[in-house]
Amino acid sequence: MPIDILMPALSPTMEEGTLSKWLKNEGDAVKSGDVIAEIETDKATMEVEAVDEGVIGKLLVAAGTENVKVNTKIAVLLEEGESADSISADAPKADADTPAATSDAAGGKAREASEETPAAAKVPAQPKLEVAADPDIPAGTEMVMTTVREALRDAMAEEMRRDGDVFVMGEEVAEYQGAYKITQGLLQEFGDRRVIDTPITEHGFAGVGVGAAMAGLKPIVEFMTFNFAMQAIDQIINSAAKTLYMSGGQMGAPIVFRGPNGAAARVGAQHSQDYASWYSQIPGLKVVMPYTAADAKGLLKAAIRDPNPVVFLENEILYGQSFEVPKMDDFVLPIGKARIHRKGKDVTVVSFGIGMTYATKAVAELEKEGIDVELIDLRTLRPMDLPTVIESVKKTGRLVTVEEGYPQNSVGTEIATRVMQQAFDYLDAPILTIAGKDVPMPYAANLEKLALPTVDEVVQAVKTVCYK
Amino acid sequence: MAPAKTASTSGRRSAAKSANKSVSKSAPKEFTGKNTPDFGKDDELHAYREMLLIRRFEEKAGQLYGMGFIGGFCHLYIGQEAVVVGMQMAQKEGDQVITAYRDHGHMLAAGMSPRGVMAELTGRQGGLSKGKGGSMHMFSKEKHFYGGHGIVGAQVSLGTGLAFANSYRGNDSVSVAYFGDGAANQGQVYESFNMAALWKLPIIYIVENNRYAMGTSTARATAQANYSMRGVGFGIPGVQVDGMDVRAVRAAAEEALEHCRSGKGPIILEMLTYRYRGHSMSDPAKYRSKEEVQKIRSEQDPIEQVRQRILDGGWATEDDLKAIDKDIRDIVSDSADFAQNDPEPDASELYTDILL
Ligand SMILES: Cc1ncc(C[n+]2csc(CCOP(=O)(O)OP(=O)(O)O)c2C)c(N)n1
Ligand SMILES: [Mg+2]
Repeated sequence: MPIDILMPALSPTMEEGTLSKWLKNEGDAVKSGDVIAEIETDKATMEVEAVDEGVIGKLLVAAGTENVKVNTKIAVLLEEGESADSISADAPKADADTPAATSDAAGGKAREASEETPAAAKVPAQPKLEVAADPDIPAGTEMVMTTVREALRDAMAEEMRRDGDVFVMGEEVAEYQGAYKITQGLLQEFGDRRVIDTPITEHGFAGVGVGAAMAGLKPIVEFMTFNFAMQAIDQIINSAAKTLYMSGGQMGAPIVFRGPNGAAARVGAQHSQDYASWYSQIPGLKVVMPYTAADAKGLLKAAIRDPNPVVFLENEILYGQSFEVPKMDDFVLPIGKARIHRKGKDVTVVSFGIGMTYATKAVAELEKEGIDVELIDLRTLRPMDLPTVIESVKKTGRLVTVEEGYPQNSVGTEIATRVMQQAFDYLDAPILTIAGKDVPMPYAANLEKLALPTVDEVVQAVKTVCYK
Repeated sequence: MAPAKTASTSGRRSAAKSANKSVSKSAPKEFTGKNTPDFGKDDELHAYREMLLIRRFEEKAGQLYGMGFIGGFCHLYIGQEAVVVGMQMAQKEGDQVITAYRDHGHMLAAGMSPRGVMAELTGRQGGLSKGKGGSMHMFSKEKHFYGGHGIVGAQVSLGTGLAFANSYRGNDSVSVAYFGDGAANQGQVYESFNMAALWKLPIIYIVENNRYAMGTSTARATAQANYSMRGVGFGIPGVQVDGMDVRAVRAAAEEALEHCRSGKGPIILEMLTYRYRGHSMSDPAKYRSKEEVQKIRSEQDPIEQVRQRILDGGWATEDDLKAIDKDIRDIVSDSADFAQNDPEPDASELYTDILL
């Protein structure tokens, strides 16, 4: 069978080019690797090499022809014993609208398909994620006051008991018992095979964690704080979040990246950033940011079991706060479900993580003034439980969001956009978003106070949307 | 390469020696780390004063932290004074300094005002960053001090960039980049080493090996605890220096600066030193024994060494030294008074200095 030589694409974007010169004539023998022609694109002159061996049977496109479309047949190569007579005279014109059908080029076919059947390129609807409701807590379950710190530790310990593939690694997690004492006691119970102190090498150990996860282990990677995860963000996003997709579903990274996020107290600009909205933008990640100890425990257990990479954003200031946690053998909460923290009818306030501390105080004050707030704790930022928010807004017609992070492209502005798109007709006032100020965190005590949101700002915003 | 010589005058540190044997041949011959310290009366008295200022300043900072005047993290430099003082004694105007968050000593040695540093610690308007930076983030363009960085390892690449600028401009300034034994494990350190060696950048990489990164001893964090050898793969010479002996530090600094100024590229000085206090104010330091700390304090204290030599040499009397001590105490008290009474920055500062 004679072999067709096609106009090659010499760059990812090349669609056509000039066949400037033939370096072989009809009747010449060619070996693979021989340069047979020169092609000019708008960017460069490139050489075309023969892939197969044979004799040039026919040159179908004359030297100097411009606008030769990629995949046009430009010559025919004869194999041993074949004659030029066997070549059918179907040489396409150089400016043919339709690229010649080719037998071998998958790329050519794809191109064809997308040009000829635009319908096939329609973006499918994004599938909706079904998330189960919180499990019922059986009546009579004992509730134990627990700090967020203990709840996180208990969650890790329980999951490590349950599954030998779960291990925790990070700076000072083992012998020092955790820089913020979240891993207290784990080294003693699980030993140094599963509770691993790393050098200060965030990018490296995040990558080691992702690699181990790709191999089927279930790492919990602790960042001393998420500020230091910026050293490692490439592995979190480019490796952990994208591998499942890039491998066509063959392998993902069941890994948890956790640690304190956001401002602590007086630690200045480089140690105080809130990454909620950063990570929540990334497809392929789940992002959890709990407020209460019960949520911290139930969601961290879920995160460790989840087959996907989960970014779990904690908060240093919340670590020492106590909340009721149900005393159950296996208390696991669904990732992707918001929790209605307080039912109300006048206005919806949505918050998450440390933002809830402002929101809960504001709600208490507003109650005194006769404003009945429905307070939603998002708990998970990705996937985001928008239906719960929309449902509430349909009832109240008013919405305020509260978070500590920067105001531009915040979680709040995302919620506001989507509520505007999906519940516009139900809104009785513009949505207000309360966030940290648009400044690096200052060190000075007075400026730091000004940079963070305040309870009063939340109260005022709620009053504003209620026209009070 | 002969990177692991001990440039010690006291010969007290034997640990460094045993690690030396394995490396030899490919050494750029020029750098020996064996510069004979020629440290006279004036040098000793100068070093004494400078180190004492840092020590007393840090003690005061610790006290103010305890009183709630300083917030957040506060990392004291007590025990490591000989390193910055010895380096600074060899540097010349225009040489840049950059370091991490344990930076108060570097700033005082660079000649930045004690008032300005202390007022930054208390977050007041008279602080070197107008109160906006805090203990870990201070800078002085005037003194060629480029921070004060809170992210472990970041200053190493930044310092390499300072050296790049020197090379680009063709001046003969040298960049002096300090980092800890813990920071030495960050990847960007080696990315920087490669570029600095490739482009022959004038930079001294100073590993302040104080044996711990927070609660992790060097032995638990690194496969190669001889940090002077960390440049071997890039052809960067290095030496271990007795960082408790200010004479050894200055001698090594002089040779290293000469090496850099003469266009031979980067160099590594591993300063064997020790931090007496916890990592930061909130560190209970359970990872080491009290005896370990006490032994170093009593046998190797950098200030005590100088003091003893001054007295032995008859260069000053006890009374003379007392007068210096008093002078230093006055400077430090003044800085503390200033830092407690200076007002906080004006609220309008919240939105300044974000963009030009
Ligand atoms: C990228 C990054 N990771 C972690 C930290 C937290 N951290 C601050 S200091 C420190 C230890 C550094 O030790 P070392 O480099 O030896 O310096 P030393 O404190 O001994 O001066 C750690 C882990 C940080 N600030 N930045
Ligand atoms: Mg150290």
